[in-house]
Amino acid sequence: MSADDKALAELYTIAERACAFAKKLGADQAEAQVQSGSELSVEIRLGEPELVHEASSKALGLRIFRDKRSALTYTSDFRPDALERFVRESVDLARLSEPDELNTLPPVEVLARQFPELELWDEATLSTTAAEAIDWAVRGERAARAFSDKITNSDGASYSRSAGAGVLVSTDGFRGGSRGTYQSLVVKPIADDADGKKRNGYWWTGDRWKDRLDAPEAVGEEAARRTLAKLGAEKIETGELPIVFDPDAGRAIVRLLFGVISGGAIYRKSSYLLDREGTEVASPLVTIVDDPLIKRAPGSRPFDGDGLPSRRNVVVDGGVLKTYMLDTYSARKLGRVSNGCAGRSVGGSPHVTTSNFILQAGTRKPAEIIGEVKRGLYVTDMMGFGFNAVTGDFSRGASGFLIEDGKLGRPVTEVTISANLDDILKRIDALGDDLDLRTSTAVPTMRVSRMMVAGK
Amino acid sequence: MSSEPLRAPFAPGGPTEIDAAIARRLLEEALARGGDRADLYFEWRAGADYVWEDHKVKTVGRGVTLGLGVRVLRGDATGYAYTEELTTEAMLQTARTASQIAAAGKSPAPVDIRAITVPSFYPVQVPSIETVPEEKLALLRRADAAAHAYDPRIAKVTVTFAEELKEILIVTSDGKLVRDRQPLMRFGVSAIAESNGKRQGGSSGGGGRLGMDYFETHTPEAHGREAARVATAMLDAVEAPAGTMEVVLAPGDSGILLHEAVGHGLEADFNRKQTSNYSGRVGQRVASELVTVIDDGTLSSTRGAINTDDEGNEGRRNVLIENGILVDYLHDELSAKHFTRGPSGNGRRQSFRHNPLPRMTNTLMGTGATDPGEIIASVKRGVYAKRFSGGQVNISNGDFVFSLTESYLIEDGKLTAPLKGVNLIGNGPDVLTKVSMVGNDFQLSDGIWTCGKDGQSVPVGVGTPTVKIAAITVGGTKA
Repeated sequence: MSADDKALAELYTIAERACAFAKKLGADQAEAQVQSGSELSVEIRLGEPELVHEASSKALGLRIFRDKRSALTYTSDFRPDALERFVRESVDLARLSEPDELNTLPPVEVLARQFPELELWDEATLSTTAAEAIDWAVRGERAARAFSDKITNSDGASYSRSAGAGVLVSTDGFRGGSRGTYQSLVVKPIADDADGKKRNGYWWTGDRWKDRLDAPEAVGEEAARRTLAKLGAEKIETGELPIVFDPDAGRAIVRLLFGVISGGAIYRKSSYLLDREGTEVASPLVTIVDDPLIKRAPGSRPFDGDGLPSRRNVVVDGGVLKTYMLDTYSARKLGRVSNGCAGRSVGGSPHVTTSNFILQAGTRKPAEIIGEVKRGLYVTDMMGFGFNAVTGDFSRGASGFLIEDGKLGRPVTEVTISANLDDILKRIDALGDDLDLRTSTAVPTMRVSRMMVAGK
Repeated sequence: MSSEPLRAPFAPGGPTEIDAAIARRLLEEALARGGDRADLYFEWRAGADYVWEDHKVKTVGRGVTLGLGVRVLRGDATGYAYTEELTTEAMLQTARTASQIAAAGKSPAPVDIRAITVPSFYPVQVPSIETVPEEKLALLRRADAAAHAYDPRIAKVTVTFAEELKEILIVTSDGKLVRDRQPLMRFGVSAIAESNGKRQGGSSGGGGRLGMDYFETHTPEAHGREAARVATAMLDAVEAPAGTMEVVLAPGDSGILLHEAVGHGLEADFNRKQTSNYSGRVGQRVASELVTVIDDGTLSSTRGAINTDDEGNEGRRNVLIENGILVDYLHDELSAKHFTRGPSGNGRRQSFRHNPLPRMTNTLMGTGATDPGEIIASVKRGVYAKRFSGGQVNISNGDFVFSLTESYLIEDGKLTAPLKGVNLIGNGPDVLTKVSMVGNDFQLSDGIWTCGKDGQSVPVGVGTPTVKIAAITVGGTKA
């Protein structure tokens, strides 16, 4: 028995009992997901603790299938009599939905039987005490405030760690579990600008493995640099400009693409990329993979939310959309088979999610990408929800820096950038070599040849 | 499913009843290592949801959560822990974990715990979750039929109904014991229209702290038709303009502008920390004299109403800006203490897993005197904003955005072409000084909005009359 199996034994017992009981009460199929987790988060500000938050939790989600009807339920009440009542009510609840031939567990032969070791669990995570977490945050903030006397205030610094374990068990014989850890430090300095405005920035480090975090001092200094760079920010004139997205801002664009190629969006017709498989959806520079098998990466998982084996999917290859991302249900709705993209949260149905969703690096240095722009906008932050998945129309608030004669110039704020996502992706004309996998959606520096910037 | 009344297990007579004696023991444990104050937040929540898709009931879900959050306060610092297990040992352990914030020191002397009766701003006879589910399935079907019947170009309809009943018990070390039952329901329709290769979406929804009687005044058919109307109207949408121009906000949901432009900036945690643009500005002019902003947790049966906030203080109506002058912030207990004033009833939290923060309830702009037709007629070229998908603000620099899902071009005082989805961006303190006309047609939004802050979501409401902003940046694609 592996260390994981030992740690998961209690969760397996709960899940197996719930499934067996549901079957006994008349369910045709049942699937139980049990998750437990513990978290510690601290916030400090101006050197003093503001919040120490610590707890652990556990929840059971159950999916019941009976006469082609289904129910989804969850509980956190594990008292034996309460649990029994919960399963009984769940089985009964299924009668309310209407028969749906497609909504059943995946066929047994496609289920995962072996699980890769992905190194998602770091024992050192849980040993971090509140005092140590406070110390990390204090050091980060101190470095930011010491960086310049123009850093006049602080929105604080926070350190959090979490550890989670989960199992998925079905009456069809699926039995899988995994556990993982994560920790992060965020530092948020503030500087006073002219005319009473305040400028804020932040920087962070985070990883599944504690020894891969950046030093708190380095995080604090970078946070201070980013904050100071925003002093004097103002609107610019309205007009069409080339846009360079830094990797943090560019992620949001690529996330939008995921939203319109997920099987759920396709069968709901809530996507501008309906009937576009096999066609060009982005510039030839663009290759995007979804890869759950990268060791130690934030989005890795040993099996998907339907219990299918994890697999690497090339989603966009040289600008061509190779495949929609499918879970079992959306695949059936579209007359296809799943490509293992299901995710899952307790009490919810499986649904399509990304694992590590990566826009592959290009070959250019970010400085070169900026250097070729005579006048443009370098975007570091975006705000708002301005995206229509059905049409692809995109319009969001942005801030960053003006690019003038190939160099980053004065800071810019309070503008919007707009274009249709289909055009944005096709207008990508340079990708940086600066890809970094610290987030589960990852992109390098990316340049879009033109978008409308609305300002003055 | 039973349709008898649902009760929290910690309620009087429940299997894990919490009385004053148990609460007192837990509070003593929480303050055993020092600290200024402590409180207990017991929460039981039963939720259900129904999803209609492709002409049938696709999923029916149900769930229950139960837990206790314990908070210990020392100066501006908070120790917080929670448990989902209401055994004496687990609760005492949780109190001890929360107490780690307190360095050894003195704690307040225990006081008598007395039950406080809260007002009744949502007198629901029967929470919807206690009524038979079949009734709700029928609502989904009716909305779907109405949306399809509205126009043959409607290709897809999804209908959702979500309901919950939350029961909370708050006990504080200064002796308050407060109970509340908080029903909440939300109905929503989204429709997709298809025509000649073009597709567009529309949605409509509402609800509040109401029972099934909501549907007597807001029928599922009305929501179905409205979603279909927006989707079909947007099929003809044209590119929106880009640049700074006049914008007229329709009454109701446009209150989201207030929520973002000024509401968050007046939450007193930001002002305690001096991180908001509105820090230190009470008594100063922060908006045009036409602008009065009120946060009102007492509006009967609304999504944002609260009998008690999540710290045991009564929900209230608070005037934040009066005729352009900043009057007050929104407080939780921490910030109220910092500013040495009483509570404002705005300490809210998502659940027992979260510590309270200053939050909005229903955020409203006071009504004006101008006829709305006159406001639209006054605009030569601008945008009329009617429906929104949401907004966001940067508290420190004051920049905020909100995204329009239904808007129209105004040309020579008349509404003309529908516009594609567009984002507006402004700076809160600046935009509020540019409110140049306020209508006499105040409307409250139907109950759909949820506000997120520090990873915590709480239900809120907004409301406003027709409002003209003399200049704000419209993020279209057409120069």
